[in-house]
Amino acid sequence: MSHSPVSSHRKPLVIGDKSYGDVTHDVLRPIEARPTKGWYVCLMVAATCLVFGVATVWYQIATGIGTWGLNKTVGWAWDITNFVFWVGIGHAGTLISAILLLFRQKWRTSINRAAEAMTIFAVICAAIFPVIHMGRPWLAFWMFPYPNTRGPLWVNFRSPLLWDVFAISTYFTISLVFWYIGLIPDLATMRDHSSSAFKRKLFGVFSLGWNGSARTWARYETLCLILAGLATPLVVSVHSIVSMDFATAVIPGWHATLFPPYFVAGAVFSGFAMVLTLMILTRKVMKLDSYITDSHLQMMCKVLQLTGLMVALAYSTEFFMAWYSGNAYERFVFINRATGPFAWAFWTMVTCNVVLPQLLWIKRLRLNVMFLLGMSIIVNIGMWFERFVIITTSIHRDYLPSSWADYSPTWVEKATFLGTFGLFFTCFLLFLRFLPMIAISEVKGVLHYGKGLGKEVTHG
Amino acid sequence: MVRDVTYASFSDDQALLHAAKELKSRGHSLIDAYTPFPVHGLDEVLGESRSRLPIVCFVAASIGCVSSMWFQVWTSAQDWPINVGGKSFASIPAFIPVTFEVTVLLGGLVSVAGFFCRSRLYPGKKVITPHRNVTSDGFWIAVEHEAAKVDSAVLSSTLKDLGASHIQHEEQEL
Repeated sequence: MSHSPVSSHRKPLVIGDKSYGDVTHDVLRPIEARPTKGWYVCLMVAATCLVFGVATVWYQIATGIGTWGLNKTVGWAWDITNFVFWVGIGHAGTLISAILLLFRQKWRTSINRAAEAMTIFAVICAAIFPVIHMGRPWLAFWMFPYPNTRGPLWVNFRSPLLWDVFAISTYFTISLVFWYIGLIPDLATMRDHSSSAFKRKLFGVFSLGWNGSARTWARYETLCLILAGLATPLVVSVHSIVSMDFATAVIPGWHATLFPPYFVAGAVFSGFAMVLTLMILTRKVMKLDSYITDSHLQMMCKVLQLTGLMVALAYSTEFFMAWYSGNAYERFVFINRATGPFAWAFWTMVTCNVVLPQLLWIKRLRLNVMFLLGMSIIVNIGMWFERFVIITTSIHRDYLPSSWADYSPTWVEKATFLGTFGLFFTCFLLFLRFLPMIAISEVKGVLHYGKGLGKEVTHG
Repeated sequence: MVRDVTYASFSDDQALLHAAKELKSRGHSLIDAYTPFPVHGLDEVLGESRSRLPIVCFVAASIGCVSSMWFQVWTSAQDWPINVGGKSFASIPAFIPVTFEVTVLLGGLVSVAGFFCRSRLYPGKKVITPHRNVTSDGFWIAVEHEAAKVDSAVLSSTLKDLGASHIQHEEQEL
């Protein structure tokens, strides 16, 4: 079929004269071919970090969390920073697959699969930290309200930490289910496309006998809309609840009603930065430039810029409120934040999240892929520091000067953080190797979008 | 009982949709269509009524909402009341987040289960499909061939006129 791009108000989402069969071949090619040397090298590095991380986790569980640099004053530092950092990254995937689906943003089709995978892996990484912080992680199941022989003694439903347990586990479950539902038609494609009998059998089991029936498709689309409708408030709720871990405390610098929207904007900001990093790298390595096009990167840039400005607004609101509230403790925390012992972390945060992203206003820079890659990494560094600044600077000098303390992480904390990166990238690389990283059936639905044929097949 | 099924493949979604509408208007009974992505309008032509999954979801979510709120009040105020910072035992506002999460969780999981049941999708199910290419670039339609009404040669030529590239007949056990 020949579909040449003609005048249209919209730009095509897929570049080139691709047929439906081409889409299948292009997306499945990297899975069916032998992995490249680059993939093996990346996997070796990631797996090494993972093994190192596992050894460190074993060590700190066996020895106790006294191996961390925490003290009586600074009871939360790297671990909770890393937890919030990873949960934040995990927000982009479901945002792309749910909120952008409801807003009918068709450009999401090329990136939603990989972004959802990223979400799932990031939430796994996040969950590791609070579980270790419990000190006795083998009793982690005590967090769930089940009838027990201790009374039954129930969990405290008034605690934001318990809300977190429910929010994160619901978010993980729904994201995983949504991801799998999206995968079913593509697993069927892999089943029908594979030449190996073993793979046909394997994907046959997981594709649940999918045959592309129009009746099933109609129900499938209803289901996707339902899940998107449910997941949309869920995305917003998860980081709101994470922010309440802090906002419901009486610590100056934490106790603010601004926190839920502030955290949600920050989560989307960091999540999109991570999606941008991963997409720029994978589209290059997997040679999928015609599916993840420059205009996709531009769209992500816009979300990045918008949420970056929201985060900047939140920073200034915090400072304004500290001054305007007339609360001496609140005011001290913010002066201390900008000029105290952790001023370097604060100014790193401001530089990475507020100052440098303004360069994205310049179109020439925005169109430069290497610049975008650098910027997305800078934003992620900045967002890590944001969480560190909020958590550590607020508690290291609170009401009572006699209990002020310093904090620096030990090698154990650093190695655990490195280990989660190992886990994240190992999972992501295996995902790229074994599953279609682009939603084949969804891309087929928008293949002619913006090509002037008037055939806009919406999906979901 | 055995029924005669005629499968025909078309070049793309628009040709398939057009053919389906034509066949329906000529009084043929359409069994199903098979496509690599959802084609809007096909479900209407096939006479598929609006899915009731939203109702399933609403009922499940409501059960999740009410039961989780009840459970929190029961554990915190009835079964073992504990004074936490002087807050009231049935501190409803503090129970909202967990209530919301359970609502979403139950609504989502039951909708998915409902979808699997209604569409009869399960691991190990035998794939009933006219051709392997329906999951890549094949657009197929399944028409019930009633020998008493229409001659098979006539049906084939009708399908050919509508642009079908492949036509195959099959006997299906019902």
